[in-house]
Amino acid sequence: MGALPDAEAFRVIGASPARIDGPEKITGAARYVDDLDFGPDLLHGAIVESPHPHARIVRIDTSAAECVPGVVKVVTGNDFPYKFGLYMQDRHVFAQDVVRFVGEQVAAVIARTPQIAKRAAQLVKVEYEPLPAVLDQVEALSAGSPILHPDLAGYHHVPWFFPEAGTNIAHCRKIRKGDLDQGFAEADLVLEDTYRVPRYAHCAIEPHVVVGYQELSGHLTVYASSQSPFTQRNGFAQALAPLGLTHKDIRVVAPYVGGGFGGKAGVTMEILGAVLATVVKGHPIKLRWTREQEFCNTYQRVGLVARLKVGVKRDGTITALEHTMHWDAGAYVEYGANVVNAAGLSATGPYRVPNVKIDSVCIYTNLPPCGAYRGFGYPEFLFGVESHMTRIAEQLGMDPVEFRRKNAIREGDALPYGATMNPNGLIEAIDRVSAEIGWGKSAEPSHPHRATGKGFALLWKAPAMPPNAASSAFLKFNEDASINILASGMEIGQGYLTVMAQIASEILAVPVSKIRVETPDTDRSAYEWQTVGSHVTWGSGNAVKKAALEARDKIFDTVSRALCFEKETLYLEDEKVKCRTWPAWELPLTDFIINGIEGEGGYFRGGPILSSGMYMPEFTSAASDPATGQGGHPNVHYTVGAAAADIEIDRQTGRVHVKKVALAVDAGKAINPTLVRGQVTGGVVQGLATALYEEMRYDDNGRQLNPNFTDYKLPTAMDTPDEIVPILVEVPQPEGPFGARGIGEQTMIPMAPMIANAVAAAVGVRIRSMPITAEKVALALTRGEDFVQNWPPGP
Amino acid sequence: MKKTVHLVVNGEPWELDVAPNDVLIEVLRDRIGVKSPKIGCERGDCGSCTVLLDGRSVRSCLVLAIEADGHAITTVEGLAAPGHLTPVQQAFVDSSAFQCGFCAPGMVLSVHELLGHEPNPTRAQVEHAIAGNLCRCTGYHPIVDAVMTAVAAGAAERAIRDGTLAAVGARAGHADDGAEVQA
Repeated sequence: MGALPDAEAFRVIGASPARIDGPEKITGAARYVDDLDFGPDLLHGAIVESPHPHARIVRIDTSAAECVPGVVKVVTGNDFPYKFGLYMQDRHVFAQDVVRFVGEQVAAVIARTPQIAKRAAQLVKVEYEPLPAVLDQVEALSAGSPILHPDLAGYHHVPWFFPEAGTNIAHCRKIRKGDLDQGFAEADLVLEDTYRVPRYAHCAIEPHVVVGYQELSGHLTVYASSQSPFTQRNGFAQALAPLGLTHKDIRVVAPYVGGGFGGKAGVTMEILGAVLATVVKGHPIKLRWTREQEFCNTYQRVGLVARLKVGVKRDGTITALEHTMHWDAGAYVEYGANVVNAAGLSATGPYRVPNVKIDSVCIYTNLPPCGAYRGFGYPEFLFGVESHMTRIAEQLGMDPVEFRRKNAIREGDALPYGATMNPNGLIEAIDRVSAEIGWGKSAEPSHPHRATGKGFALLWKAPAMPPNAASSAFLKFNEDASINILASGMEIGQGYLTVMAQIASEILAVPVSKIRVETPDTDRSAYEWQTVGSHVTWGSGNAVKKAALEARDKIFDTVSRALCFEKETLYLEDEKVKCRTWPAWELPLTDFIINGIEGEGGYFRGGPILSSGMYMPEFTSAASDPATGQGGHPNVHYTVGAAAADIEIDRQTGRVHVKKVALAVDAGKAINPTLVRGQVTGGVVQGLATALYEEMRYDDNGRQLNPNFTDYKLPTAMDTPDEIVPILVEVPQPEGPFGARGIGEQTMIPMAPMIANAVAAAVGVRIRSMPITAEKVALALTRGEDFVQNWPPGP
Repeated sequence: MKKTVHLVVNGEPWELDVAPNDVLIEVLRDRIGVKSPKIGCERGDCGSCTVLLDGRSVRSCLVLAIEADGHAITTVEGLAAPGHLTPVQQAFVDSSAFQCGFCAPGMVLSVHELLGHEPNPTRAQVEHAIAGNLCRCTGYHPIVDAVMTAVAAGAAERAIRDGTLAAVGARAGHADDGAEVQA
């Protein structure tokens, strides 16, 4: 790589040019999958859903549905006995013999209109033999529990999973570091408690939509609302291999996405668009999930029951940590098991802990499958860890912020699995948040019935990726020196397109306004693993940066060959090539960027400048000892930060009013500070909703009680804190583009323990189960903390 | 059993045969090709299908097409001339008051409705006006900030002068006089 300008000399890195997708999105011109037109030939699909959480399928009678005028085809599991799954192939396109959650697809109807498809789907008669179901992950470990996957031993999975055949344990990530018994023996204080976190839903406002179209030639195109076009193509190719389809025969097109938050990563309902297209070749076929299906049949956030035990010395030094996490990953754990794995690797929180025992257990239940959700396990386990740290500090008589400063992990410290911690600004984050929130100063309540309090929490998170997750990019110049970038990260709202344009702009001295970054089409765009884990600014950013450097090198090469300049003397500025040793000379890019440079005798040198870039973190490895988790380098790096809240509680109603939240996150280098602040504001509000009121509730038949926005409350504009203060810390990540690392998920991670700590500070009750609703706070004040630990009573 | 309805959509008159149970959003998206009203929940909770009906915001997923007969519908496409932005839209772009953009058309319309009758709203009034438009990305503060910035710069006054707010209130009847009808 060539020399880069120093920080002071950056043109657009660290500036905040307006988002390049702004005018399209604000005028209604932006097209999402549901907005694409496919003409009058478009067919529509509807699925037949299981009404049972666990049952054997005795027979399926499709005859009545097939007779409905306008029905084109009815398909069942017999037509597609194919498995799929991102990390563990434990799932079929349609249920085979057994259904394992309410809402699981058993069959599908393809019809001329959505209304006909839906009506006909209701006429498919499915006879079931109900089986005993288990809806709670702790019960699923008991001796009498039904075993959901008797064939678990035969499932194909990634090498870093350890399923336990004959049980409901799909994977257990174990960490053993130091000497746990010795660590607890050295402790002057040991605190042990249980923390509970329910399931949550992403609630992107755009539902999942897919359109599949197999041409008569056999080429299959899938238009998907997706965070993962290439991973989906790979999933489709694996599942549809029996039909003779290979990767080159399958194309995924992913336009703008109306919100993802992890819910559109991996493969969920998109597989249906792919398989149904193969039975109606020559016709496009569309499925759009209803809001209820969004809740019931896409990935959800994993539920958690965590037993946490931490030992400390009198001076506040942490000596030992034991964390047993039982995760409710649902009926199929093909993606969720990696959430459990990632959490297991990092469940100490951002602390120096010499002696560690972690068991992160992925458990099958008869509830919908879980997967990625902004934070990927970290918001769940940090609820317990960060609640616990404040409680321990208080029991020691220490200030909770001082306790954190003392134990915070530093660069070079050993991580739970043995690798070392990356450069980070955790202490700076703690100090700046503490100053911003006025830590240690109490505010007067606005009313005698109210109480005020402040809460503090730390965050950390690493991208959870396979060790060989790669990003790549194509870059090509046009005649006017404008640029097209064909990379395959997804614009899910975070500003990916703008950031990639800024990176190329910085290196090629072409303004952001002249750079177009395309949304991906797997036939034409360069490979990207997935837009997850807050890794695309870092991973795809590195690929785009390499592509830009290669293009720059080709530009200099052309100029030096045609005009006999020393390549090393050339540089780019204002869309021109310039020379350090001949300041009077300059050559506009438009003069040669496509057509080359004319030399003596009318001969040309050069030609269209195009380039590519690839980035794979070659320093990572998932190979470790299954019994201890030691060895390997499973995480590229951690992003850290801190947050604090200033709240006021009405003692009579229990209602929490959040006056102010300050959150500092170490972005390494904020390539676009406005976008980073946008992630903070959005993440804080999404995190506060999980902390204060959102929650998925089920009846005792495994049916969700609140699968809509009337009963599953999202925050509105009237439900936000009075003030949110984003604080940007910038300790560069050595391998990041311009030092950048990801920050998207991180911003919601500390919200729940921050609120729990503030509630405890304000009214003296410690809520150990999320969400911390007004009802729970009010009940805890009158009936005690233990009364609300399992509130409201579940099925 | 179809019924003929007359709609004015973004100033253009349309004559369409619709079934009694056709929903306005389907007619706008599938028959007229106006794609900015989005389908998010189909039960009036999310606000991404918001359109202005004679200047009043409605959920187009909860309005039957036959109920809109004789009325003027404004979507975000109809706020400014093609290639132009209203001052409010410009403020949204300048302040990054959006992320995924899915809620943005409805959000922008709700703000225009507010400024049509309250040119100098307080922050609380803005929050109240957009409380029916769910946004999962931004945390709302950037949106309210953008509106307040636009208001401080005289957005409402300029919009009225430019006719972008007046257009919101246009009634269907105005366009019937000899204008070419699309079908």
